[in-house]
Amino acid sequence: MADPLLSVRDLVVEFPTRRGTLRALDRVSFDIMPGEVLGMVGESGAGKSITGAAIIGLIEPPGRIAAGEIRLKGERIDNLRPEALRKIRGKRIGMVFQDPLTSLNPLYTVAQQLIETIRTHIDCSEAEARKRAVALLDRVGIPAAARRIDDYPHHFSGGMRQRVVIALALCAEPELVIADEPTTALDVSVQSQIIEVLKDICAERGAAVMLITHDMGVIAETADRVAVLYAGRVAEIGPVREVITEALHPYTRGLMGSIPTLTQESDRLVQIPGAMPRLNAIPQGCAFNPRCERAFAPCFTERPELLALDGGRRVACWLHDTAKASEVPHG
Amino acid sequence: MIAFILRRLLQSVIVMIAVAAVSFTLFRFVGDPINSMVGQEASIADRQALRDSLGLNDPIILQFGRFLGNALQGEFGISYRLQMPVTELILQRLPATIELALVSGLLAFVVGLALGVYTALRRRGVLSNVIMTASLIGVSLPTFLIGVLLIWVFAVELRWLPSNGRGEVVALGDWWSTGFLTHSGRLALILPAVTLGLYQMTLIMRLVRAEMLEVLRTDYIKFARARGLSARAVNFGHALKNTLVPVITITGLQLGSIIAFSIITETVFNWPGVGALFINSVRFVDVPVMAAYLMMIALIFVVINLIVDLLYYAVDPRLRVDRAGKAH
Amino acid sequence: MTSKTPGRLYRLWDSDLAYAFRTAPVAIVATLVALTIIFCAVFAPWLAPMNPYNPAGLNLMNGFTPPMEPNAFTGETFLMGADNQGRDMLSTIMYGTRTSLFVGAMAVLFAMVLGISVGLYAGWRGGWVDGALMRVADVQLAFPAILIALLIFGIARGFIPDNLRDQLAIWVLIVAIGLSDWVQFARVVRGATMVEKNKEYVQAARVIGAHPAKIMFRHILPNVMGPVLVIATISLALAIIAEATLSFLGVGVPPTQPSLGTLIRIGQGFLISGEWWILLFPSLTLLALALSVNLLGDWLRDALNPRLR
Repeated sequence: MADPLLSVRDLVVEFPTRRGTLRALDRVSFDIMPGEVLGMVGESGAGKSITGAAIIGLIEPPGRIAAGEIRLKGERIDNLRPEALRKIRGKRIGMVFQDPLTSLNPLYTVAQQLIETIRTHIDCSEAEARKRAVALLDRVGIPAAARRIDDYPHHFSGGMRQRVVIALALCAEPELVIADEPTTALDVSVQSQIIEVLKDICAERGAAVMLITHDMGVIAETADRVAVLYAGRVAEIGPVREVITEALHPYTRGLMGSIPTLTQESDRLVQIPGAMPRLNAIPQGCAFNPRCERAFAPCFTERPELLALDGGRRVACWLHDTAKASEVPHG
Repeated sequence: MIAFILRRLLQSVIVMIAVAAVSFTLFRFVGDPINSMVGQEASIADRQALRDSLGLNDPIILQFGRFLGNALQGEFGISYRLQMPVTELILQRLPATIELALVSGLLAFVVGLALGVYTALRRRGVLSNVIMTASLIGVSLPTFLIGVLLIWVFAVELRWLPSNGRGEVVALGDWWSTGFLTHSGRLALILPAVTLGLYQMTLIMRLVRAEMLEVLRTDYIKFARARGLSARAVNFGHALKNTLVPVITITGLQLGSIIAFSIITETVFNWPGVGALFINSVRFVDVPVMAAYLMMIALIFVVINLIVDLLYYAVDPRLRVDRAGKAH
Repeated sequence: MTSKTPGRLYRLWDSDLAYAFRTAPVAIVATLVALTIIFCAVFAPWLAPMNPYNPAGLNLMNGFTPPMEPNAFTGETFLMGADNQGRDMLSTIMYGTRTSLFVGAMAVLFAMVLGISVGLYAGWRGGWVDGALMRVADVQLAFPAILIALLIFGIARGFIPDNLRDQLAIWVLIVAIGLSDWVQFARVVRGATMVEKNKEYVQAARVIGAHPAKIMFRHILPNVMGPVLVIATISLALAIIAEATLSFLGVGVPPTQPSLGTLIRIGQGFLISGEWWILLFPSLTLLALALSVNLLGDWLRDALNPRLR
């Protein structure tokens, strides 16, 4: 098995508040292989964006990485000094944000922003950088790129702007691109186009993608593997097809069941009762136990660790722990 | 763009006319000009004759029109108190005020900007907190108190700087006199300029800090960081530039208020400017001077506002509607 | 076992605002300072060692006594020294603060009433009434408050006959300062009114025929008290400073009722001859008062700002 590009182990992110410390991420672990697309799904507040921010080192104080390791190609990046971390950003890890409206500085032209980023990471002349920039804009599908590059961001529509953002994130040729809800703020008609562009250009450059979203449809179309987050913990990871068709974790099952499909026969969508717990009120044991219809004794007292199963699948659920599962009363 | 300028010009003219109306009302109805111009012994008939000859019995609109006409030619009558033409009085004292205003404005802007940027970038540092606390004191200190305390320390106790007057001045051209060219003139400028500028500087500093902190929280700054841009590029290239847009405009507006605040500073330091003139005119109800000062200040404010609006336009590309304007 | 629902007082104590207050030493100190000064000023006639404006109680021999030193002739000691006529500085300051506070508080009250009324009306009516009122507000906002106060004062002076000038000076001052400061209140209240006006409960009240004034005061006003309180606090500091400035310039309170500004002007006159205490103590008091009120207002603004939580 090849070495992972990104390796996250037992990542803990905390936010001190006046009512105590909140754990936004509680020992999250996963890998991303070179060139693969890992989807990260979960409800709002599950910790998806925080994971992305932690990897690229942009957690806002007073939040901080309290424990765990993040390794990029084997080297630790979570404990780097700010200057070293800055060199990684853009050059080795790129990030695409959700709202193209606010992601671009309105006072600079697209050309200025692209050229500045390119020249920060690649030693070349301004003319050379501009050539690259135009080629990149063209590649992400901006028509008449050579002319439009001198426009200001507010001259572009939402979808076009997001393409510019993608170009900016990729102009220094990073190995990993973190896309945090890249299509959520866009019109539905434009969403699939943008995902296509992102996927194509990353595949072309061999860059891996961490696709953060709450939209399972996007994951189904685009990702190779998917990680499901719940209350700051990983519930399940595995190849997309299998997780979708045969979810192992009861939460994932609930998620899949709640997505309407054309072939569905029932007239009501499955709903998971209750709501994801607030970060300061996470139940003991498995975070999902209050809402899980299959919870049994150990679920209430011990937190399940991520168990490795066949086919590259991992799940954090006592139901799949053969030792514990024997205690499940049949009936 | 042209439409915008025209509209603003029109608004300015309307404001000026409104101010002129207030000025005129002041001029005409407050106090009795006749009383001030003739002694107590003048007979009723004499007063009536004087009224007629001055046109004080004509319809109001006509008087207003005359007032406006005179104003446009710079003719504001005679000061009750000093028995000199008002326009001459003002022109004589204007250079003093303008020099003071410019120096303190510059001081306030430069220092305020620097401190504002520093306290925004080093938000949690000790020095930042000290500066912020000092700034709160600065805002709570009335200008006159700053002046008085500065005089006490630097003029009375230390005797480094003069406590009043303008020092020696050199005449330039027809009516301008400058204090920049003499040593005593420059020395005399220091305390008043600091006094006048301190309040503005504190305001600017707090404004810059608040704006910059806002800007530093935006998505585009986050994205800039995520792209690995250097701290200098992020803080100065991006954050500062975006901060400056509202700051420059507000600072421009402050220039007008500096000229108004000069009233206080000039009184404290016996600085021979128009501010001191105005205060005396309020004290002695010298209406022609009050009216003229009002018009002058209004004009200055209106012009500054106009320039600032245009500046905003020039600096923020989002306000420019060009190229059919539509996003596509 | 069920726990008791916490009482109202406890909930107030535990609320975000009170918590922020309890844990911010600045706010506590500022409030204490402000309250002390205000208390001394309000109760000056009972608390002050002497009445500085009763000529019978003055002993000219006490003149120019430095602080804390017994007078060479009479042996009396004054905490803050005595001025040129033998008045106890502490007493003059207490009385002076009383005048300053009176003018300041009344001016803010006036500004508040005026501003809130205009704001409610403009927000409710909307249309050209709102447009016109806001235009006036905008124009006024472009000019510094001190200038407007000076102007109004000057105009009023022109109308008032000489013999009444001193008597009415304080009220003219209050109106002048108040008129220079109403705009902020109006703006905030107008904005809130426009927002609330479209909400369902207001529509409902209108449908059942409730009088607009009642709706405005009962429903809209409570919603906007937070920002209004912040503005009022800061306005108080500004009003106090404005009054002091005007009095210092000689166009404020009459000489018979000196305020801190007047005292400072008098003090400046004695700088060269070395009686520094006549200047220093009124200055410190003014600074302490303005600063503590400003700090409180600043803190209040941060505490009530939902974005900073």
